[in-house]
Amino acid sequence: MEIVVCVKRVPMVGGRIVVTADGQDVDTRMSGFTVSPHEECAVEEAVQIAEREGGRVTVLTLGPPEAADQLRDMLSLGAQQAMLLETDGREWGPVSTAAAIAGAVRELPCDLLLFGNEAADTGGYQVGVRVAHALGRPVATGIKKLTRTDAGFQASREYRGMQETYELPLPAVVSVKEGINLPRYPSLPGRLRAKRATIEVSHPQWQPEGLRKRRLRVPEETRKRAEVLGSGVDAVPALVNLLDELGVLS
Amino acid sequence: MSVLVLAELDGSSVADASLRALSLARDLDEALAVALFPSGAELEGAGLPGPAVEQLAAYGVADVYAADVPGLAGYAPAAWARAMAGLAESGVAQGGPVTAVVAAATDRGSEVLAHLGAITGLPVAANCVSVSVGAAEPGRWELVRQRWAGSLLEDAELEASLAVLTVAADAVTARPAAAPAGTTVHVFRPEIPAEDLLVRAAESAERGGGMSLATARVVVGGGRGVGGPDGFAPLEELAGLLGGALGVSRVVTSQGWRPHRQQVGQTGTKISPELYLACGISGAIQHMAGCLSAKHIVAVNTDPDAPIIAHADYAVIGDLGQVIPALVEALRARG
Repeated sequence: MEIVVCVKRVPMVGGRIVVTADGQDVDTRMSGFTVSPHEECAVEEAVQIAEREGGRVTVLTLGPPEAADQLRDMLSLGAQQAMLLETDGREWGPVSTAAAIAGAVRELPCDLLLFGNEAADTGGYQVGVRVAHALGRPVATGIKKLTRTDAGFQASREYRGMQETYELPLPAVVSVKEGINLPRYPSLPGRLRAKRATIEVSHPQWQPEGLRKRRLRVPEETRKRAEVLGSGVDAVPALVNLLDELGVLS
Repeated sequence: MSVLVLAELDGSSVADASLRALSLARDLDEALAVALFPSGAELEGAGLPGPAVEQLAAYGVADVYAADVPGLAGYAPAAWARAMAGLAESGVAQGGPVTAVVAAATDRGSEVLAHLGAITGLPVAANCVSVSVGAAEPGRWELVRQRWAGSLLEDAELEASLAVLTVAADAVTARPAAAPAGTTVHVFRPEIPAEDLLVRAAESAERGGGMSLATARVVVGGGRGVGGPDGFAPLEELAGLLGGALGVSRVVTSQGWRPHRQQVGQTGTKISPELYLACGISGAIQHMAGCLSAKHIVAVNTDPDAPIIAHADYAVIGDLGQVIPALVEALRARG
């Protein structure tokens, strides 16, 4: 089976998120980069499927030249091929991103095209669906379980405590959510293979979009610094009183 | 002019998230129309669930369009999107031309409007927290939307022939209209191409057991500070005593200490309890994005400078391995 997985390079943020002075980007001078969590799981799912039934996993990203680092990370987890749709570092909107991915996937053998449900940074919830429409393929999103069937895959997700199941004939597009599997850590041979791998590069054309960012900002903090009830077990009586005041003791 | 809103049904009522989406849609100051997709049993004549229609009237909805699609009894995202695109194009009875399509940013709402964007080629602004009509000319809107699951806000301009927006429901309050509308229910039969009916949901019975994390009144959270898979027993016991649920941070699920369904955060469950007691959790933004709606946050942490202290209302500086068993004992002693 030929599986293509799309990933996105995003800042690795921890306890605080800082915006650059011009309000256009997240300040990444103090942080590294990673791929969105849902996408780590998409790559893991692809590698598991290829391990089970044979096939090849290609990872694809649209981003600046440095996004090759994230492709190599994914190669070290078991993907065999990597393709970079290289940009000049500008932020691409979902419409042009989807057009570029659809253009690249059209040229590839691809039975199953995987995405993460949404990117961690922009959270647009739409690139996978747009690509599916461009390619004329069925799509399911938010998927937390994939089971092989004769025709393709059975894809399941939760909805209000119920389980929803979709039947997808191949070729198909699926966007997955974290929880579908537990991603592995890279192996040393995987890392070495990834280091040597060739990354195929192409340069799609940026297009302006109808949704335009003016600026990013951190929401105003509504909470103040916490009132300290005490230290260690000595704080327990104050904690019990607080729970009582909040009305959560039945 | 009117705004068309997707209303999701929760039994015979309108889902809370959709009421919030309607509240934001009303800020556009145009007539409100709603599209909904009742199951066959609910759609006898125009006999929609009474409570749903009453709610929609209270929220100022003039036109309710209930879809009747032969062969479609449940959820099919592309079909719902195709039906809404058709309504948006043809206009609605009382409000006339449709200028915006809005849905709550639920799994279904996000998915349906992504399909609508793909079908029409229009941009989709996801997770909006506010929107207003741009002053300059028609076809322009000013909006604020969430990024990083709400840890960051984006001020944006939208230019399109039709605004397509999803609403970050937990950041918007549900507000009924000043005066209820005279609501007309229309049954409409959209033309749906066969390929849009290919992907459809089959629903299975409810997964039983356990209090739902998303709706729990009290959540006891555990993070890296719990130390390992064996450290959760006191937290579970405390959650049980408080009639609440156990929630954990991402590091806990990615280590395999607890199942992913217990994860609170950007890629897990969003919670909105009265009390979130976060134990041994540092407070990464991805975690805080999942508990912004908690009324009160109490942190138990050994590090007084942990980021979570800046988000919490109260803190206990100490080792959860000592504090929590002592708290459990104290609560038991109260009986």
